[in-house]
Amino acid sequence: MTLTHFTNATLIDPVALTEETGSLTIRDGLIIAIDGAAPKDAQVIDAGGACLAPGIIDIGVKVSEPGERHKESFRSAGRAAAAGGVTTIVTRPDTLPAIDTPETLEFVARRAAADAQVHVLPMAALTKGRMGQEMTEIGLLLDGGAVAFSDCDRVVTNTKVYARALTYAASLDALVIGHVQDPVLSDGASVTSGKFASLRGLSGVSPMAERMALDRDIALLEMTGAKYHADQITTARALPALERAKRNGLDITAGVSIHHLTLNDLDVADYRTFFKLKPPLRSEDDRRAVIAALAEGLIDIISSMHTPQDEESKRLPFEDAASGAVGLETLLPAALRLVHEDQISLPRLFRAMSLNPARRLGLDAGRLRIGAPADLILFDPHMPFQLDRSTLLSKSKNTPFDGARLQGRVLGTWVDGTRIFGGVDA
Amino acid sequence: MTFRARHLLGIEHLHPTEITTLLDLADTYAEANRAGTVPRDRLAGLTQINMFFENSTRTQASFEMAGKKLGADVMNMSMQTSSVKKGETLIDTALTLNAMHPDLLVVRHPSSGAVDLLAQKVNCAVLNAGDGRHEHPTQALLDALTIRRAKGRLHRLSIAICGDIAHSRVARSNIMLLGKMENRIRLIAPPTLMPTGIADFGAEVFTDMRKGLEGVDVVMMLRLQKERMDGGFIPSEREYFHRYGLDAEKLGHAKPDAIVMHPGPMNRGVEIDGTIADDINRSVIQTQVEMGVAVRMAAMDLLAQNLRAARAA
Repeated sequence: MTLTHFTNATLIDPVALTEETGSLTIRDGLIIAIDGAAPKDAQVIDAGGACLAPGIIDIGVKVSEPGERHKESFRSAGRAAAAGGVTTIVTRPDTLPAIDTPETLEFVARRAAADAQVHVLPMAALTKGRMGQEMTEIGLLLDGGAVAFSDCDRVVTNTKVYARALTYAASLDALVIGHVQDPVLSDGASVTSGKFASLRGLSGVSPMAERMALDRDIALLEMTGAKYHADQITTARALPALERAKRNGLDITAGVSIHHLTLNDLDVADYRTFFKLKPPLRSEDDRRAVIAALAEGLIDIISSMHTPQDEESKRLPFEDAASGAVGLETLLPAALRLVHEDQISLPRLFRAMSLNPARRLGLDAGRLRIGAPADLILFDPHMPFQLDRSTLLSKSKNTPFDGARLQGRVLGTWVDGTRIFGGVDA
Repeated sequence: MTFRARHLLGIEHLHPTEITTLLDLADTYAEANRAGTVPRDRLAGLTQINMFFENSTRTQASFEMAGKKLGADVMNMSMQTSSVKKGETLIDTALTLNAMHPDLLVVRHPSSGAVDLLAQKVNCAVLNAGDGRHEHPTQALLDALTIRRAKGRLHRLSIAICGDIAHSRVARSNIMLLGKMENRIRLIAPPTLMPTGIADFGAEVFTDMRKGLEGVDVVMMLRLQKERMDGGFIPSEREYFHRYGLDAEKLGHAKPDAIVMHPGPMNRGVEIDGTIADDINRSVIQTQVEMGVAVRMAAMDLLAQNLRAARAA
């Protein structure tokens, strides 16, 4: 039996949208009291005013097992998540091979249970081999523990196949996650079109490619009634379509990656491949529009879109280099930039990082409430540091924040009431 | 007058005084080439390696000629038939070459930014001979020298750049160089061959060639790549020539003494009428080739001076 009592903590409540000093007690993996007295026998942790919040639930984490374990394993991803305050990772099926059968899903579940110290909820592919031709065994995969279905960055171009898969998924109340980039318009592009792309001589894609794909998916949702999440909305032009779809009562939510909230296309500078992402970084105007949409709740969820890549796949000419950045350990300090700039409040930030992902996936976590799982993080939102990528626990170190000055450090992480990160003297 | 750069990767990071320094030296080399009085020992004892990851006869020959005239030991490596085909990465190729201690590395590569990447990994001076759609600095410098010699100045001129601007590294380097020297730049292209955001570059944009050429001092034509001619970007070769090919009638909209330039190789009858290209009163295309050698001699001379100074320090 574990019994822990936090005192003098700033409790971040993403439901009530409050941040107030109080205490919280956990026992046997659950929150049992808020602002109660310390039970005798409890281990008492004086937070010293630090923030106590529900652990982050990160949708769209790439763990490179099976296939590319040298880039990231369940052990290394679990340690990175714990250090970053992420208590649940929702893993992507774009592995080698793709997670598209109950057998490969079972492999993931087994590897995760053996090696990862955080909760791992796997996603499965929507179509076999992510090839966009035949739907996967959605029912079997759902019973096997898949929490959502996605072909990740491969867009299903055959709308007949896609419509059937959405219809079938809807009958099982399965969540489908779409990548909203028109695949033909964005083919071959490595940056967003505009002055910067032209100056650097790089192939650019119009930001309209996102709107086009979102419009298509919204039409298919109207047709099929599926439960749907757009993985990353990163452009101003896509926002009115999203707003309309929500107003019309479609079961749609939207996410955004932390990188699109904190970086823009100019950060690529002299062909820095660690800033090559999918979709590519956007203009500053788009970044600001997306932050505003997040603050008002139109965009629901922030993800790290953690994508480990080794040095070999990044140390190439920009257009040949692999896309993606690691983000588990930098998600919180990068997101706190938005709080320090008064773009969003701390409780609203945790609504987007903990509560909303939990709600979308039907989990009890993501809240500070009696009876909820004791997946918690204690952090100091102000502690400054300069990121040195060699200190990251991820096997891959492809972070765009190398050398960046950030604020906010995780002091402790608890999963089901057990401390998995941070010293006892926090 | 100074030239501080360690590499010549692009026009973007050059200061106007560096450009003037280089052009002044190139001017003396142009005269020395004609008079046969080139100092044959300027690059003596130095090794120049030409690494071309993309085919080029003209540019490679020009760099080779420039190096040999100044006494460098020149080696040509055709990278399309070498270890790159065997899967070696650009970085590994760079490290291998670096271990041989070359002094001047001339690189052409089909990917934008590849020459910058390579330059980070070697100890010698790197000259960009064209990277993807990014920059081709020696081409812009030779164009600038040609203009300066023909017009007597390199500022306050009205200069039209016409053709496939979207895919042209020559256009990018020229826009930057001519802009830095305070000229008025007009870009003329069908909208499908005009890069997005180009209006922010400080140039005027035209899709009507006659309007674009109105009263200009210099007409720079760009080469239209064969693979872009059929349907993808423009309807056809003949429609392109009809609307954007430089002929006597369209050239009539420019100033009477306007010069005509082309980086070569030309597609006669596609972007330029043969009679215009050969008109010795208007076309300076052969002068461009001549200035190419002089500019590359000057660039390598200046970089070698900086390299020797850095090594001595």
